[in-house]
Amino acid sequence: MSETTKKYSETLVEITLDDEKISAPEGSTILDACKQAGIDTPTLCWAENLTPVNVCRVCVVEVEGSRALVPSCSRPVEEGMVISTGSERVNTSRRMVLELLASSVELDRADKEILEWMAHYGSNPDRMGNSSEIKTSNQPVKIQDDLYVRDYERCILCYKCVEACGDDAQHTFAIATAGRGFEAHISTEFDVELPDSACVYCGNCIGVCPTGALVFKTEHDMREDDSWDPDNQKVTETICGFCGVGCNLELHTQNEKIVKVTSPSDHSVTEGHLCIKGRFGWQHAHPKN
Amino acid sequence: MPDLKFGDSLPTDSEKKAVDKTIESHGPVTIEITERLVYAGRQRTQERRHLLLPALHALQRTSGWISPGGLDYVCRVLEVPPAEAYSVATFYHLFSSQPPSGDQILHVCDDIACSLNGANDLIDGLKKEGYETKPSPCLGQCERGPAVFVQRIASDDSVLFDADLKQITKSLTENLEKESVKLPQAGSDHLRLLARVGIVDPNSLEDYKSHGGYDALTKALEIGAEQIIEEVSTSGLRGRGGAAFPTGVKWKAVADEKDKAHHLVCNADESEPGTFKDRVLMENDPFALIESMTIAGLAIGAEKGWFYIRGEYPVAKQRLTEAVVKARKSGLLGEDILGSGKRFEIEIRSGAGAYICGEETALFNSIEGFRGEPRNKPPFPTTNGLFDEPTVVNNVETLANIPRIILNGGEAFAAEGTDQSSGTRLFCLSGRVALPGLYEFEFGATLGEILDAAGGFSGPGNLKTVLLGGAAGSFVTQESIDLPLTFEDTRDAGVALGSGVIMVFSDTDELTKTVLRIAEFFRDESCGQCVPCRVGTVRQEELLIRIADKNSVDADISLFDDLAAVMSDASICGLGHTASSAVRSALNLGLLETQ
Amino acid sequence: MFGAGGGTSSYKEIEETDAIVLWGSNARTAHPIFFHHLLKGLSNGARMWAVDPRRTDSAKFADVWLGIDVGSDIALANGVAHEIIDAGLENKEFIANATTGFEDFAAHVESWTLKRTAEVTGVPVEAIRDLAHGYANAEKAQIMWTLGITEHHTAVDNVLALCNLSLLTGHVGRWGSGLVPLRGQNNVQGGGDMGALPNKLAGFQDLADEEIRVKFETAWDSEIPPEPGWHLTDMFNAMGRGELRALYVIGENPADSEADVTHARKALEGLDILVVQDVFMTRTAEMADVVLPAALGWAESDGTVTNSERRVQRTRAAIKPPGDARQEIEIISDLARHLGDNSWGQPTAEDLWEELRTVSPMHAGMSWERIENEGGIQWPCPDENHPGSPFLHDRLWKQPAEGRLAPFSCVDDRPPIESLDDQYPLRLTTGRTLDSYNTGVQTGKYNSPIRTGEALEVSTADAEKLGISEGERVIVSSRRGSIEMTVEVDPDLPVGLAFTTFHFPELVDVNQLTNSAYDPKSGTAEFKAAAIRVEKMIDA
Repeated sequence: MSETTKKYSETLVEITLDDEKISAPEGSTILDACKQAGIDTPTLCWAENLTPVNVCRVCVVEVEGSRALVPSCSRPVEEGMVISTGSERVNTSRRMVLELLASSVELDRADKEILEWMAHYGSNPDRMGNSSEIKTSNQPVKIQDDLYVRDYERCILCYKCVEACGDDAQHTFAIATAGRGFEAHISTEFDVELPDSACVYCGNCIGVCPTGALVFKTEHDMREDDSWDPDNQKVTETICGFCGVGCNLELHTQNEKIVKVTSPSDHSVTEGHLCIKGRFGWQHAHPKN
Repeated sequence: MPDLKFGDSLPTDSEKKAVDKTIESHGPVTIEITERLVYAGRQRTQERRHLLLPALHALQRTSGWISPGGLDYVCRVLEVPPAEAYSVATFYHLFSSQPPSGDQILHVCDDIACSLNGANDLIDGLKKEGYETKPSPCLGQCERGPAVFVQRIASDDSVLFDADLKQITKSLTENLEKESVKLPQAGSDHLRLLARVGIVDPNSLEDYKSHGGYDALTKALEIGAEQIIEEVSTSGLRGRGGAAFPTGVKWKAVADEKDKAHHLVCNADESEPGTFKDRVLMENDPFALIESMTIAGLAIGAEKGWFYIRGEYPVAKQRLTEAVVKARKSGLLGEDILGSGKRFEIEIRSGAGAYICGEETALFNSIEGFRGEPRNKPPFPTTNGLFDEPTVVNNVETLANIPRIILNGGEAFAAEGTDQSSGTRLFCLSGRVALPGLYEFEFGATLGEILDAAGGFSGPGNLKTVLLGGAAGSFVTQESIDLPLTFEDTRDAGVALGSGVIMVFSDTDELTKTVLRIAEFFRDESCGQCVPCRVGTVRQEELLIRIADKNSVDADISLFDDLAAVMSDASICGLGHTASSAVRSALNLGLLETQ
Repeated sequence: MFGAGGGTSSYKEIEETDAIVLWGSNARTAHPIFFHHLLKGLSNGARMWAVDPRRTDSAKFADVWLGIDVGSDIALANGVAHEIIDAGLENKEFIANATTGFEDFAAHVESWTLKRTAEVTGVPVEAIRDLAHGYANAEKAQIMWTLGITEHHTAVDNVLALCNLSLLTGHVGRWGSGLVPLRGQNNVQGGGDMGALPNKLAGFQDLADEEIRVKFETAWDSEIPPEPGWHLTDMFNAMGRGELRALYVIGENPADSEADVTHARKALEGLDILVVQDVFMTRTAEMADVVLPAALGWAESDGTVTNSERRVQRTRAAIKPPGDARQEIEIISDLARHLGDNSWGQPTAEDLWEELRTVSPMHAGMSWERIENEGGIQWPCPDENHPGSPFLHDRLWKQPAEGRLAPFSCVDDRPPIESLDDQYPLRLTTGRTLDSYNTGVQTGKYNSPIRTGEALEVSTADAEKLGISEGERVIVSSRRGSIEMTVEVDPDLPVGLAFTTFHFPELVDVNQLTNSAYDPKSGTAEFKAAAIRVEKMIDA
């Protein structure tokens, strides 16, 4: 028994999900119910180890009696709720959210499933207009130290990095969303360089980024010289070698080299989050000299 | 909030002073009792976060921008991470993150009403004269445009209106302001909400009292909270901000919430293009709103009321601030209202240039010192509102009805208007009418009757269309002239009554520009939080430009339908939900094809 | 605590506690991921007190920071206990049911009035009272500590003084309440679990207990001497006396990390033979006669480690060790063979674990497979159906309490051995920074953007008094040595206190200054309280 805290109550409510009557724990979300029922639901801004911000709107579903569609990631189930996840309205909104994003940011390094959802919903970003004529988030890559690369033309503004840097994990608040509307962007104060900000390089922002906007410098360099090869990488779980907290590490290795370190978001010790030593302190395994 | 890291910039002495004064009621988060004992921590930090917005205002007013040194100082005393404070500051258009070039910035309204009155020429002219000029969305002066909001450094902001370039430059140099209320119905017996406007002295509590002021509060204290809610419920009063929710239901829901502090918020962030009704009430009858809020506070069990006024209404803010002071001095606010033992305080907060903050949950975030991004609903404000506590949010006009309901009873109120739309309604008439201004009608008046009262269509050419309900509303034509402007009739007709905007256009007006300006407005005012609205409003504007260029809608109409669908179905808040409604009505009416 | 060598609580518990007392621990920096759990606790409304001579990064999160004089922890704990008793806030039912020695203890702390405690500790009366009442009145409360408690010559007594507070209030043995020592290194707990303590065998079983000894002797088919061995400080003393002549050091760098390191190096140099098994050529390895290159424990080896919530977790080899480096199990088994014992063979990590389960009851239920599948298991776990133990000592809440009752300890305030005087007027205390670890053997190999290097931090007032300024090079001396350091002025430091880290011994040999005086009960040196002098450099 590694977890003794219960997430949800034992009280069950009855809901109708895509014409099936099912029971779900009170306080759980529609997304939880979809998962339980094996219904694949796209999500971008949702993560197991973060508070739902429900901003991407790709997980929307139709709930009877609700005028607008409802974000499944944050909406708790209610007794008698009638939900449909595959209606035309739902499919249109999901297709359009992906289409809108893909028309404005580079998604070629995004999590594979994002590209799969785009195919599934038939998103065609090209019809938004020629990329030279429409607004995009096109901008130069930010490389300000030896650990992080921030490539904001890949940023879909899912807020995950802000949450991980802020009150969902690290409480450092080195970054936040600045500006407004389409000009909104992730930024330090006055856009100072990261080493001059409050950043403590825990890399938890990288850990949660779904689109490759935030990556390890190692990954960026390997991608640049075309040696990044996910098909040839394996992941080994182990325990960090530094302090006595005992954080779970996932060592991503390629050709006997560690190329990236993550942590499982469902483990009670780290909940997916690490510190600078756990995330980047592995380089003594491959000393340069 | 530790882990704070600051740059090398230092605040100026005047910035420090201004910030210290803003937070003096609470003091800084960290207090060093001795060299060995320091109090700080999460609770002290949380209790002070709502001072961030006032502190940013203090910086902007002192230095004309949010300087790095000034921001650092605010962050030190309130222990807000600089990245967060910067993120909040850059959310608002009235805060600048660049140093100013002079001692004032002119925000010139170039929105739909003012641009009918030559706003664009004015902007060009002012720029030529060398003024630091920024185009602005609607400033709520539509009946007397073009309008300029003058944002000053180390001095009071002001608004100039109804003027040409010459007058405005003269006003700026001589710092003249003029008084004008455009109330064509003045003196009429039918006026309820506007009965005192232009008659009572807005700076005098005595004058307000001599015009029946505070009789309602006295009666409210006699009948008690339950009876107040009962009367309001009986009155059938519905919200005048746009959503038309029954006020009594809202009040009762909050009154019934146990175990938590309750809040009352007066939403005076009037920013819907074409709307100016709340401004007229606030500027001309401020005590009435304070009395109304006090009664509402008593009813719902709130000891604190928040008056959130848009930053572009300096006169309203100043009059209300003074009125609050006077009311407090006379025992009409504070610890023991009229000797009843009841407590109620009002705090006035300024917005800083963000239409979205009129959305009630965005407004909460704004007051709390966060970005004015709307929250997902549910949970609703009645359970999780300001500071996550049960909250009633009422529009200015809604609240202004309260004293009359208390004095005459809910039934008398309900007797006016129609079954589902009781009482009277304010209408903001602007554009091509003979007598633009604020009007009050008993619910049931038709569009034609209201236009007639305003002297009918006036201007070059012929009446082409009327925008009802503002940028979030819809265009209608002559065919709707007999439509009674009630909640039920407009809903059935598929148009929006919204905030009571009636803006009239002629067939000689460049409607393509008007429609594009509406699309631009939504793109500009989208908070950027959710994908459908952040990207959708941009793509909508781009598409309209393409349609206007090609003068044909056929090719792209399916894209428009999809954009409209995702924005209205999947956006977080009303801004996204309505961002395509006026545009759609314009497309349906072929307004883009006429040029 | 009360018999078992581990923290009582799970990390998750602090998320749901009501009062957090962080005492002598800068967990924000030294245990960052534990601190995430603590922060959740604060978000959930817990109140926090930080007891530390410095207003550390961690202390800045606290509602109240109590700036205690270095080494006066027992005085403060006794004073808090006195105030709890004086105000009648002690948990009388718990004390009666689960503890022994309360009357004596109450009498013992009788003299620790708020006034006296304030005088001895430097913490104002108001803060001591606030801590006492806040801790006692909380429904659930946790005390956490680190080396600020244990790197003193009164280490064990310091811990006992904190235990007294939990017994007094019943803040132990229930979800959300407990005592948590945060372990400094990833397997300090595991080392103890495995019996790497002079007086214990695996599973914290007493060496002195013959029945236990016999159990191990039977399992291992060899004789176990009944006398306790030496702890680290004893060993260095024995080296000094010429009594210890051969040393086998595995994964430790005492030539940099020992207090009064000049003395330690001398001792190492005097050995007949020094064998060092490590992953890097450390300063200690450079002094060795034989160096055995080893695989990295966490990335190149299979095995287990135990964390600060007693969770046994798996390490796994992700990459092959470079060059001649070998698995430590292999090296040690080979060594046994060379020493003439052929019975070891070539055991795997799993073989060793399964053997442990047969001799250590608290590990008996943790099969290799279960550890693998369940993301680690918290001891004790006596049988395979047992889920493991998120927290210890619920036995104390049974009516009547089960097992040995928990004793109050009458412990006395004893100031640091090295007192301040005109010669050495400043108190030097040491600690970690976020991006570095111990002597920097591993963390020196990556390019941290937040690394600022070693500096001597002094208070604004002391800097002014000494006429030194930020960035200036100064001579820092203790009774044991002198080194050159760069000054950093920290406005948060109290007057009279100086601070530094010890991560860059090649650049700044801080442990030349620290005091090797130690607690005879634990063998831990008093790193946290040296007396120093700071002098301006004389112009050449």
